[in-house]
Parts: sequence; C-alpha cells; structure tokens
Amino acid sequence: MQIYRAHVLICGGTGCTSSGSIGLMDEFEKCIKEANIENEIKIVKTGCFGLCAEGPIVVIYPEGCMYCRVTKEDIMEIVEEHLVKGRIVKRLLEGADAPEVDTDAEQTDFFKKQFRIALRNCGKINPESIEEYIAEDGYMALGKVLTEMTPEDVIQTILDSGLRGRGGAGFPTGRKWEFARRSVSDQKYVCCNADEGDPGAFMDRSILEGDPHVVLEAMAIAGYAIGANKGYIYVRAEYPIAVQRLKTAIKQAKEYGLLGDNIFGTDFSFDIELVLGAGAFVCGEETALMTSIEGMRGEPRPRPPFPAVKGLWQKPTILNNVETYANIPVIINKGPEWFKQIGTEKSRGTKVFAVGGKIKNTGLVEIPMGTTLREVVYEIGGGIPGGKKFKAAQTGGPSGGCIPASLIDTPIDYDSLIKIGSMMGSGGLIVMDEDTCMVDIAKFFLEFTVEESCGKCPPCRIGTKRMYDILEKITNGNGELSDIDDLYELAEGIQSSALCGLGQTAPNPILSTLQYFKDEYIAHVVEKRCPAGVCKSLLRYRIIADKCRGCSLCARHCPANCISGEIKKPYVIDESKCIKCGVCMEKCKFDAVVRE
Amino acid sequence: MKSLEELKAIREKTKAEISLRDDKHDYRIVVGMATCGIAAGARPVMHAFVEELSKRKLTNAAVTMTGCMGMCRLEPIVEVIDQEGNKVTYVKMTPEKAVRVVTDHIVNGKIVTEYTVGAVTD
Repeated sequence: MQIYRAHVLICGGTGCTSSGSIGLMDEFEKCIKEANIENEIKIVKTGCFGLCAEGPIVVIYPEGCMYCRVTKEDIMEIVEEHLVKGRIVKRLLEGADAPEVDTDAEQTDFFKKQFRIALRNCGKINPESIEEYIAEDGYMALGKVLTEMTPEDVIQTILDSGLRGRGGAGFPTGRKWEFARRSVSDQKYVCCNADEGDPGAFMDRSILEGDPHVVLEAMAIAGYAIGANKGYIYVRAEYPIAVQRLKTAIKQAKEYGLLGDNIFGTDFSFDIELVLGAGAFVCGEETALMTSIEGMRGEPRPRPPFPAVKGLWQKPTILNNVETYANIPVIINKGPEWFKQIGTEKSRGTKVFAVGGKIKNTGLVEIPMGTTLREVVYEIGGGIPGGKKFKAAQTGGPSGGCIPASLIDTPIDYDSLIKIGSMMGSGGLIVMDEDTCMVDIAKFFLEFTVEESCGKCPPCRIGTKRMYDILEKITNGNGELSDIDDLYELAEGIQSSALCGLGQTAPNPILSTLQYFKDEYIAHVVEKRCPAGVCKSLLRYRIIADKCRGCSLCARHCPANCISGEIKKPYVIDESKCIKCGVCMEKCKFDAVVRE
Repeated sequence: MKSLEELKAIREKTKAEISLRDDKHDYRIVVGMATCGIAAGARPVMHAFVEELSKRKLTNAAVTMTGCMGMCRLEPIVEVIDQEGNKVTYVKMTPEKAVRVVTDHIVNGKIVTEYTVGAVTD
C-alpha cells in the first residue's frame, strides 16, 4: 500500500471538463515530476464539487483547500508553493477577494450551510475506482440488506425514513416499493430515471459522474426489496461522461461480484443494463420512459394501471430518480432515525439544487429540506451580481412556478412550495433579478413544452401551442384583456385533461407568474409597456435633445445605421429602422439615450 | 464477492489510502521545507514520516510542509500538532529520529523529549 502525503483532486465533471480541467491533470503530472515529488503526491480525477461557476476546481488535501478557475499557468505555482513549500496560494482560493480568506473549503459560505447526503462522495472519491467507493462504506448497505434483512424489513426502513421521490412529484419511495413487492409476477424490474431534461438542472448528471456506484448499489437493494433481478438505467445520450462512468462502474461491480449471480453468496442475483435516451423531454415521464426502453416511440400511456402493477413489458416495475437512489444506501447504513432528523416533518432529508441564473455562485448545492430560499440565494449563492434586486426564483422547470421576492423566506420543502403555486421539481433553481420580464419567462417555458410535447393527446399538443401564441401576442404588444381570461381557461382545461405530467403541469409557469406578477401582464396588454425592458416590440429608444452633446458616438456604434444628426447638435433615432439592441444607450456617455 | 468480510477487507485497505481526505486527523506533522530545511536534509526526513505511517497503516496523521521558522541552524525542524493545537517542535531531525517520533509520539502519544527544541538548545 502506498500512502501519499497529499492528494490533488481535480474535478472531472461536465462543468469543469468544459472549462478545461482534463488538461490540468497532465500539467500537474508534469510539474510534480519536475519538482521530483511524484512519489509523494496522488492525483485523482473526481466528480463535481458543486461550485461550477468557479471551475475548473482543484482541491488539495490534507489542507482541504479549494483552488478556483485554475489555469495551466497556475499549476507550476501551486506545485512549487503549496506542494513543495507548504504555502497555500491564496489568490486562487474561493472568495480570494474577501479580507479574511478561509483556506479550508468546507468553511466557506458556499459549503457551510450545505448538508451532503446524495452528493456525499462527489468531489471526494475517484468515480472510476470501485475501491474508493467501497472505502466510503460503499456496498456495505447491499451486504447488510442481503445478509441481515428481509425484503419487508428493507421496505419498512425506507417507509420509516420518510424518503420521498426526488424526481419532482415527491411520492413516498417506500410506498412505491411496497406496491411493487405486493404485485405477484414471475418477473419484475427496477428502473432508474436518469433522463434529466429540465432546462438548467444537472444534479443527476453530477451524481452519475461523481458517484456512479451509489446508483448501482441502491438499484440492487430495490431489486431485493421488490423481488426483481433485472434493472435498467435510462440515461440521456447527451451525458457522455455519465454514460462512460456508469459503464465503467457496472463492469467493475460485475468483476467484484457485486452485480451478477449469487451476490454475497446468497441466492439473490441482479443485473443492470444501460439504455440511452435520444433526447426527448417526455421520456422523463415514467410511462413514456418505459415505452422507450421497450424499443417503441417514447409516448406516455394512461395510468392506472400504475407501473408498480403493470410497467415495463407489462410486468411490475419501480422507477426512481437518480437522487432518490443516492439516498438509499445511507438510510440503510445509518438507519431511518438518523435520516428523519434531517429536514422537516413532511419532507425528510435533503434536496440537491442546480442553482443558476442571476446569482454569483452558480452550481450545485445540497441543503436540508426546510432551508429558506433567502439562505440559498444570499448565503450559499452569494447574492445577485451587479447590485441588482432579487425579483423571483423559478423552481421545477417547465412544470413549476416562481417564488416572488415577497416569499423569499419560504422554507424549501415539497408542501410549502406547492402551497405557493410552485413545486420542488427535480431541482432546477433559476434566480431572476429586476431585469427579467415574467411574461417572457412564462413564454420561454411554454416554448419548451410546445417543442417537447409528444403530440399524443390534443390538450397538450394543441393547448400548449395556443397558450404560447397568446403569450407571443401579448409580448408583441397586441394583447387584449380577454387574452388573460383565455389563458386561465386554457390552463384549467389542459391541467385536467392532458394525458401525462408534462401536459398537466405545462400551464404552471403561466399560472404562477399570473398569480404574482399579474400587473406585468396588464402593463404589456393595457399600457403596451414591458416594465423590465425585455420585450423588444414594446421598447422605444429616444435621445433627449437637452442632454445630447452631439458627439456621434451612438450613431457610429448603431448596427442599423438609424441614428443621424450633425456634430455638436442633438442626434435623432429613426424608430422605424431601430432594432432595439440598446447599443446607443450603452455607449452614450451623457445618459442622453432613454428606454421607454 | 462471496461475503461481507471480503468487502470489509477491501474497505479497510482503501480507507487507509484515502483517509487523508477526511478532516479528522489526530496529528499534523509539519516539516520545514524551506531552502535551509531542504539543505539540512528535510526531504529524507519527510519521506521517512510518510513511509513509516504507511508501513504501520496509520491514518490519524497527515504530513504537510511549511517554510522557514527562522531557526535555520536547528533544521530539519518538524512540528507535531495535535487537534487542540498543542505543538511539539522537534529539531535536527533525521530519518531515524522520524521513525522514533512516529512510534512514540503518534502511536503512543509520548513526546520524545530529547529531540525537542528545549532539549537541544539547552
């Protein structure tokens, strides 16, 4: 056994890979060799640390300090200063501009309030090493379940923990398993929904990339609990790193006999197969996902019968989300009592959010249920950049709704979010500032559902398109007050008659923006004005003659050549040709250009 | 995988290798590795610490480096710091002395008084 005095952990998640972390690995190896310390330092490629905005990220242990935005040029300095001389390179630390810099990443604001269960191994172990997963108690839960517990015990444990599905709807996981256990059949299946499709959500990807074995272990536990010997992971083909790590993990688990026949010498056998999705959002819906695994076009079918009775190939099937599975082994190892202490009474445990939009620390955070939105935005997220005001946060993606600034102290849990007209969703959290137009946001999500509607049922196929058309009409300045009534009527019809969750929840973004920002809709319709200054058809740029010095700067930068005038005399914008790009306003040094 | 014991054996083996990434270390062994330290032979001393910890499968101590403390004539200097922050400074270290510090101090919690700064300067 070789013990190293320091470990250099380089993030190999999608975020950091795209900002160049793989090249860093070679550079580290080279520099460490040059410094002649290659026998003392271990370099490890890990999964996501969560602070994607600051990537590529490098963490060095035993100090546990996190270097951000590391470039190839920085590496020699890190090696010479930190690894050779033991001096931390402070300028590269997270929050290096603050007066007091914490050298231990866990003490920074971003991590302090987090509580990591699902992400516990992400950024800590090498996801391509089954041994490192085992060292963190990996596969111990499977061993315990197979050798000490009956399937009923397992289901009872999950029921007692209060774990609810992390895919969005929040159905109690134990109940789902119980139904499937009770279904009598010669064959049952365990499926994993890794078809993460909400715009901006990437927590499942990070778990698969950072800790793929946890999903395999949990699926085997689920198989034992319901009496299934075969599992399918339905994963997006657009997640190449996740797919590759899952393949590696399945291969390693088979080599170790942790998947396959007679696991731990018992008569339990379990095998897992990967199925790649072809990028249809609707395939994240459970019945459509199963239809797609069967090799058919991914379309939902009516429920009941529920998958626990008739699922994949008409056999009893359970389908859980990646993050749900990531909680299972810990619950088995530490017990339901431990898990129940975290979170709120009706929402136990933690939730991972992919935080994006107008916020400083874009990235992945895991918080105990019941943490308020304020804590997420201002403490963990570091607030809104540019001194702008927080306007709203959107959760639940195209199925969810928004939380306005007035409700920023709402605790984040399943029921509180439903109560205010939003939903937990799979975990996308988009922060919006005062420059965001809420009608435009609703239109953005509707455009997404219109494109992703599979077309099987008319309410979704035609209804969402009609709603989108109305929003387009409003943002173009042609809206009438009756359009708002039509939106309500359509929303109600679609919610009650669409075949699957995609359609039923599609009106949510409109309903929740109408609920909290109706005045913005009215402004668009009645005053033909976009308060946030986003909807181009409703904008007007004008030069105030008194303030204009006639410097011609705006005219020279105008891409449409629609500003004219004489030097030292006020300039004029020809509104018929103006494309409303706003360059004139940006360039003017005398604040003479106004947007109305 | 035929038994839980087999799994536990793999866990214990790998745990030692990655325990460095846990925050909880009973001791931090800080080796002075400035020019003066290196010239006086700090590098083999540090290697001796890493190897001895590895040989004994000890995971409760982390070896790190630091710069010059100003007592260059007493280099190689090694500080052993416990969780409460109590610091013991060993001076004029050699690889042989490092082995003894591991066995006495890290394993048994007994300070090797004759190697400490007080004993040597007096």
